[in-house]
This record gives sequence, C-alpha cells and structure tokens, in this order.
Amino acid sequence: MAETSENADINAVDAFLQGGSLKNAPGPYFGKFGGRWMPESLIAALDEVQDTFEKAKADPEFLAQLADLNKNYSGRPSLLTEAKNFSAYAGGARVFLKREDLNHTGSHKINNVLGQALLAKRMGKTRVIAETGAGQHGVASATAAALLGLECVVYMGAEDCRRQALNVARMQLLGATVVPVTNGSQTLKDAINDALRDWVSNVDTTHYLLGTAAGAHPFPAMVRFFHEVIGEEARAQILEQTGKLPDAVCACIGGGSNAIGIFHSFLDDPSVKIYGFEAGGDGVETGRHAAAITLGRPGVLHGARSYLMQDEDGQTVESHSISAGLDYPSVGPEHSYLADIGRVTYEPITDTEAMEAFRLLCRTEGIIPAIESAHALAGAIKVGKRLTEGQATPSDTIVIVNLSGRGDKDVETAADWFDMLDEDGNVKGTTLSTRKPKGPAERLADAEKDQN
Amino acid sequence: MTEAIASKSAAAIDRAKSQGRAALIGYLPAGYPSVQASIDAGIAMAQNGADLIEIGIPYSDPVMDGPVIQAATTEAIENGFHVASVFDVVAGITAATDVAVLVMTYWNPVVRMGVDEFSRRLAEAGGAGLITPDLIPDEASEWFDASDKYGLDRVFLVAPSSTPERLAMTVKASRGFVYAVSIMGVTGTRQDVSSSAERLVADTHAAGAKRVCVGLGVSNAGHVREIAAYADGVIVGTALVAAIRDGGVPAVADLTRDLSAGLAREVA
Ligand SMILES: Cc1ncc(COP(=O)(O)O)c(C=O)c1O
Repeated sequence: MAETSENADINAVDAFLQGGSLKNAPGPYFGKFGGRWMPESLIAALDEVQDTFEKAKADPEFLAQLADLNKNYSGRPSLLTEAKNFSAYAGGARVFLKREDLNHTGSHKINNVLGQALLAKRMGKTRVIAETGAGQHGVASATAAALLGLECVVYMGAEDCRRQALNVARMQLLGATVVPVTNGSQTLKDAINDALRDWVSNVDTTHYLLGTAAGAHPFPAMVRFFHEVIGEEARAQILEQTGKLPDAVCACIGGGSNAIGIFHSFLDDPSVKIYGFEAGGDGVETGRHAAAITLGRPGVLHGARSYLMQDEDGQTVESHSISAGLDYPSVGPEHSYLADIGRVTYEPITDTEAMEAFRLLCRTEGIIPAIESAHALAGAIKVGKRLTEGQATPSDTIVIVNLSGRGDKDVETAADWFDMLDEDGNVKGTTLSTRKPKGPAERLADAEKDQN
Repeated sequence: MTEAIASKSAAAIDRAKSQGRAALIGYLPAGYPSVQASIDAGIAMAQNGADLIEIGIPYSDPVMDGPVIQAATTEAIENGFHVASVFDVVAGITAATDVAVLVMTYWNPVVRMGVDEFSRRLAEAGGAGLITPDLIPDEASEWFDASDKYGLDRVFLVAPSSTPERLAMTVKASRGFVYAVSIMGVTGTRQDVSSSAERLVADTHAAGAKRVCVGLGVSNAGHVREIAAYADGVIVGTALVAAIRDGGVPAVADLTRDLSAGLAREVA
C-alpha cells in the first residue's frame, strides 16, 4: 500500500510538472492521505452523502439554487480589497484581501454550510448537527438551519464556549441548541467526537454538517467544492484589478477549508506560490501549538489519515492556539498531500505574530479581522518581505490573503491581549464589560447580594 | 471467513457451542484502575464464566464509546497508562487461564506503533487478535498482512446500517467471529436490546459468517438470555466497567457469574 501511494505521489508531481491538474482531486485518497477510518455504522451514511453530493454537483437545478443563495443571501461575490496601507509592512508588495469577512454571518463558513444544508434537505433529513471551535461554523449552521427549516444542534467545547460566549448566544438566538462538551481538552476535537457519537445514534434523521475540509470521504472533497467559489472569484478579481496572476496566495489553516477553497483556483498555476499558515501558539518549540503539518506525523483521526499531533502512543496531543478556530490537532488530508508533494508551503505563526498582524490591519485598513485570519495576515507580511527582498519595484509583487472572517467575535480576546481590560474584565476606565451582558435574573441576584 | 489459520476466538466460541450455549465475551479497558487490576479482573472473568476477554486500549478520542467507558479510559490515561502495557495485561491473563484474549482498539495507536510491530507483540503475549471499531476492511490492507503473518484474528464490525454487499465483504474479511453492533449508537447500558440485532445476526449468518457475536448495550442476564437464543456469543462492556468502578474485582466476578447464567439455550 505504502509503495503504491509513494508512486501516486511521484505520479502526481510528474503530472503537475507536465501541466497536469492538482485541482479536482476527487478523494477518497490524496496520495497516502484521506480515506475512511470510521466505524462501520457510519459507512452507509457516508455513502449516502457521497451519492447525494455527486448527483447534486451534476444537477443544474441544485447548482442554481446554491448560486442564488450565495448571491442573494450570503452577499457573494465577496470583495477583493487592496490593502494599500498594510502593504508597507509586507515589504511593499501589493496585498489584496479576499473579503470572506463580509459574507453573511461573518466568515467563509457559510459557503459550505449552505451547500451541505441543501444536501441534507435532498436526503430528506430533518436535523443537522455541527461541531464548532470559534463558533463561526456553528453560527453559520444555525443560520442555514433556520433558513431551511432544519433542527440544529451544535457541539462546542466548554473551553470554547467560554472563549466565544457571544457566538453561543448568536446560535441560541437563531434557534439552535448548543451542547457544551466537557470531554478531553474541551475544544474542537472533542466537539467533533461528540458530534460523531450523536450522528451514529441519529443517522436516519440527521446530517452531520462537518465544518472543515477534514474527516472521512466525501467530506474533504465536498467541503472543498463548496468553498471553491472563493478561489474562483479571487482569480477573476485579481486578473481584472491587476491584469495578472498573484505571486502568492496566503490562508490560515485550521482544518483547512478556507485555505483549500482559495488554493483550488491557483493549484495548477506553477507561477503562483501558495502558503498555508498554521497556528504556532506559544511557539512550536514550546509544544503548545496547533501546527499539525509542521510538527505532526501521519495518523488517523476523525475518519482521515493525515498529519496529526500525537504522542508516542498515538494519543492525540492537545493543541493550543489563541484562535479557537485553528485549535485543532490535525488537518484536512488534501493539505497533508499538498505539503508532501511540495506544492504548498505550510508554516507556523505564533499567537504574538498573529495578534501583531491583527492590530496592524485594524489600524492601517480599518478592518478588524478574525484572529484565525490574522494568522494569514502575519504570514503574508513574511511572504511579502521575502518575495520583495532586493526587488527594485516591490509593488510588482502581488499577494492575496484570504481574510476568512471578521473579528467581532474576538473583541474580548483581543482586548485582553492588548491589556485593555481591568481586573473585573471591564474596558479600562469604563464599567463596560466585554463579557456577555447580564440578564435580568443575574442582575436581580447581584442586587440581592449588594443588600446583604 | 478465512479459516486456513487456526483461530483462538473461533475455538473458544466453538467450545461453548459444544456445551450447548453461546459464548460470553467480557470487555474491560487496560489500566483501569491499574494494569494489575486489569489482569486480576480478566482472570476473575475467566474463572466466572467468560469464554473470551476483550481488553480495550484507552484512547484519547473514543468516538464509539459512551460516558462510562470514556470516563474509565480517560482515567487510565491520566494514571499514566501506556499502550505497551496492554501486552502485559494480555500475557497476564493468558498465562493464568485458557480463555481467548482479544484486544479492542481504535486504530491510531496501532498505526503509531506500526501495524507489524503491534501484531508481533500481541501474538507474543498470547493474544488472539484485534477488534477494530474504527477500521473497516476497506482500509485494512496492512492489517490483513500482519494478522496473517502472526496468526491473529481480525474481528470487524457489522451494523444494522450495513448493506448486503458490505456484510458479505466484512464477513469475508473477518477471522474468528464477526462483531454485530446491536444498535445504531455508542457503548452504554440500555433498557432493551434492539430487535434489529436479531435480524442483523441472521443476515450476517446468511452472508456466510460461522460465528456472530452481539455487543453494545448488553447490560444484564436477561439481555444475555435474549441474545444467546440467536447469536454465537454475547459481548458485555459498559456493565462490567461500571462493576469494576463501583466494586472492584469482586464485583466483576459476581457480575460475570450472573451474566453467564443467561447463556444456556432453553432446551425445547
Ligand atoms: C474566520 C475563520 N477562519 C478560519 C477558520 C479555520 O477553519 P478552516 O481551516 O476550515 O478554514 C475558522 C474556524 O472556525 C474561522 O472561524
């Protein structure tokens, strides 16, 4: 088996070098990665999803329905905005932001969710479940469920519920049930475990709306398909605005969905360098990070063989990142493959580097990015400097950054990071708490406490 | 089923059959609450009516397990359990008894050690084979090679959702017995055993399986009796884990004795 996949790698690289295509890898395998490392109980459901997806992809009616929702509900196409002030910090390269932050619900996640929710309807399912880290995928799922009349249950690590309380409230307002997950590290991977347990038990009525390009076949290829619109738009927009292809494309990597969505359209252009930025947390040398490709080794988790942070026993190692959306110890299998064949370069970005880029974008462009996306921005700063080094006209260099989401959800984390809060969690000099406002019951209890 | 290699699990099930009853298969995780306790509990199960023993490897992401087993395996890992200790547990039980001892494991710990290396050490410890809840035959080519090389049983799972094609394929890929998942769900005790189990066992037999054992949700002697009427073996997990949690090895012995009372087929 190992031999054939090594040959497959070599063949893929050869094909690419000879003008073949890397773009539309159908799965289940991406080189030696991917597959279905799943309980037998779920295989029939995966087959049903795959079958429904294949048919939908070839059905003009489905594609029209999806295009209509993308345009008239999400607000696509999203803008490609040139960040002219930010550019000075990236060696003077021209930096263009693909504005997925402007989509309805505030991130790229909606693209995949609308596609899968339509598939759920086609399969006659009445209920969708989802995992969420930052809460963006949960919010997007709750949104699509509300729109399409589906019941929605979202699993979210208890630690992430605390980090992203605002998004918990958003999901509830949209009618979803949020289940805090207290197992394990109480973050994204444990939320996925609980979602899988739910799916096994309720598979007749329920579709598991996986939020990233990971998991068992057909999820990696299917989630990519729904995000390909990002890259397709970006390619057309950059050609229109600059008359040429970019020199580099940058994206952050959690499970890898926003990244594979924008990479897709450039994979077959050898002149375009492609970069994925993983969460380096406190620094990869500290062990507290989420850089699965940089430091992991191949293993199987959540249905796919891919790079995985694991100890010598094969136990999953807890990941760490300031960004809940990147706090995942593995990565989608297509990225592992693209890393192995050298088509995409993956590098870690520390919390500090990401937060510096976060502040920079706020101050120079008036855009508050998601902390996830700030990893891509920090990466673009490095790439811009690298590519323009020694260049007479750095502005000949063009870098596209996938700005995967907006930072509203991250205001508390950022205020804390930049030391804007006092001991009570209030914005310094005010009584304004960044924490969730107290409800009537809590205010009453406080009043009683004061009297005692 | 592949029969060229002598199967320890098949022999244990056939021995029970020759006594006019179904086999009892008891599950406990290795290292809970300690490696020695796992060995003692395994021996206690063997001495009180279990024909096969399934030793689970505690794993960080046990997606097929409910809260009781999750809590136990998490505690085992927190107490410092290492995967290699599973071989000590297997060796400890096989040295003291003549039950067949299988290891139940999620796949990544095996991948990490190396499928061949893991299999070699399991065979050396006297293990009968592996039950693999998240490995389907479609992905198992390395495991086919290693299990043939070291003469180990390959126990794959079938579920009420398995199509006839997948049943046939899985039966062919398995050695020892086929593990029929009684319900669509995760491990845990349940009030009733679902009626889908009987049908699944019949379909799996019809697909060519000589031995089909039923697990998931089997909690008491009543359930055992019900399943023993149509299956070749009955697998009990969560109830035994709760017993060792609440009453240690003596409670495991008592429960096993209790459960085994349900095994005898009613003589018509
Ligand atoms: C804004 C944003 N960007 C990126 C990610 C990371 O996910 P992925 O790698 O699948 O794009 C998330 C996940 O929550 C997110 O909310």
